[in-house]
Amino acid sequence: MFYVTMFFQYMSQYMKTRLEYRADLVVEMISDLLNQTVNLVFILVVFGHTQFLSGWSRDEIIFIYGFFLIPFALFSSFFNIWDFNERYIVKGEMDRILTRPIHSLFQVILERMELESLFGVVTGLVIVMYAGTSLNLSINWYDPFLFILFAIGGALAYAAIFIAIASIGFWSDAKTSIMPMMYNIGNYGRYPVDIYNKVIRFLLTWVLPFAFVGVYPAAYFLGKKEWYAFSFATPLIGIIFFMLAILIWNKGVRKYRGAGN
Amino acid sequence: MEKYLEMIRMRFLMMLAYRTDYYTGILIYSINIGAYYFLWNAIYGEKSSIEGLTSIQMTTYVAIAWMARAFYFNNIDREIALEIKEGKVAIELIRPYNYLGMKTMQGLGEGIFRFFFFSVPGMILVALIFPIQVPHHPASWGLFGLSLLLSFIINTQINLLTGITAFFFYNNAGLIRAKRVIIDLFSGLILPISFYPFWAQDIMKYLPFQGISYIPSMIFTNGFTGGEIVYALLQQSVWVLVLLVPIRLLWTAAKKQLIIQGG
Repeated sequence: MFYVTMFFQYMSQYMKTRLEYRADLVVEMISDLLNQTVNLVFILVVFGHTQFLSGWSRDEIIFIYGFFLIPFALFSSFFNIWDFNERYIVKGEMDRILTRPIHSLFQVILERMELESLFGVVTGLVIVMYAGTSLNLSINWYDPFLFILFAIGGALAYAAIFIAIASIGFWSDAKTSIMPMMYNIGNYGRYPVDIYNKVIRFLLTWVLPFAFVGVYPAAYFLGKKEWYAFSFATPLIGIIFFMLAILIWNKGVRKYRGAGN
Repeated sequence: MEKYLEMIRMRFLMMLAYRTDYYTGILIYSINIGAYYFLWNAIYGEKSSIEGLTSIQMTTYVAIAWMARAFYFNNIDREIALEIKEGKVAIELIRPYNYLGMKTMQGLGEGIFRFFFFSVPGMILVALIFPIQVPHHPASWGLFGLSLLLSFIINTQINLLTGITAFFFYNNAGLIRAKRVIIDLFSGLILPISFYPFWAQDIMKYLPFQGISYIPSMIFTNGFTGGEIVYALLQQSVWVLVLLVPIRLLWTAAKKQLIIQGG
């Protein structure tokens, strides 16, 4: 309960500061929209030259992309920890975090929230609805619930990868560029995994589960029965990887000795 | 002239001090090239060629487009904006050199560094991983080099233009981001221009952006032949000259507009 009130207090503080600079907020949203436009234009142009991508139609690929945006937006809003090493370890900020009465990771998350990224959920939903309508997808009463469940599962899987990598900072504060690399690998999850070779497919499923952010969960709503097992595994994979990441984080915190003298 | 060469050298040495950052950069570019490689393979499927490019040519196109980007890409628009915001531009303006010329040379120093420490090793790495086809003819290499240099100039000119707008808008971060998106789309980095629908191609014909990525990459992949190459290089050169005009006009206007706060 304490965690929930803390969360809402930080959230209202955050809103106050952000709404002071409305112009910046609008610029950020528009540039996010522009980035998504580039990706959509790519898909549209490419499908001017082919009917199917490994058996997936244009609207199915757009659906996957739209779905991907939703867990990704959830992830970017709350797990904005790509610069954890520089911001907290190198500068010694982690010492301050450890004196706080809540779990260290939760404290970091509260401080680094970026709620404007949640706008991506809206963009994602619009794209999903557009693609879903042109595919004439039928919706069962339980589908919206599964949709939410899968989106959260995907966001957890995404978050787990980045938490685990941020934890490396506890062992070595050397500058690594693994984070930006992960963002780029994450883009692999936006397309059907069957276009990749076996090794990459394995990696995206079991090692860096980016496929559970886009293709696998989206496959359920597209009625691709051969992927159902993976679709329904999404929340499970999300929770398992997230718990593993927390374990690594906690181990790292115990190991942490501070950067000061 | 000497002071400009010194500028190139300084920037080169500065970059050299942080060279380890670039090894991961090569990996990131390779990851991106890999994503597009698989994607294009799936797009080609059974087809042997699309819009005159075979699938091997397409892989080569993607590889060279990204690796060439390491050379022509720079952040001088942001640097200019920052110097204006912080008021440093006042000092820069009384120094005995042309401010814009100096920024261009800094960009070139950066470009030369990345060419040798990023593009060349990156291209070798990518050639080992993916099936790509480099030009056989030495002349193609020469023409590609020339085209790449022109692409650097065009991109830098556009960056200068975007940077100067900070004189008028104070905060031009949005404009800089929009510019980046436009260049990604219209330069041919993510999609060869010939893949776009005709109406879009017709518009892009009259824009300078394809001179940045599409033309050098097409020369490298043998997508252009004979007369097409000459025409493309001419097109790039014309844009280099044409873009000087708005830079000149905007710069004169900007200097009049400039108010330095404090002292």
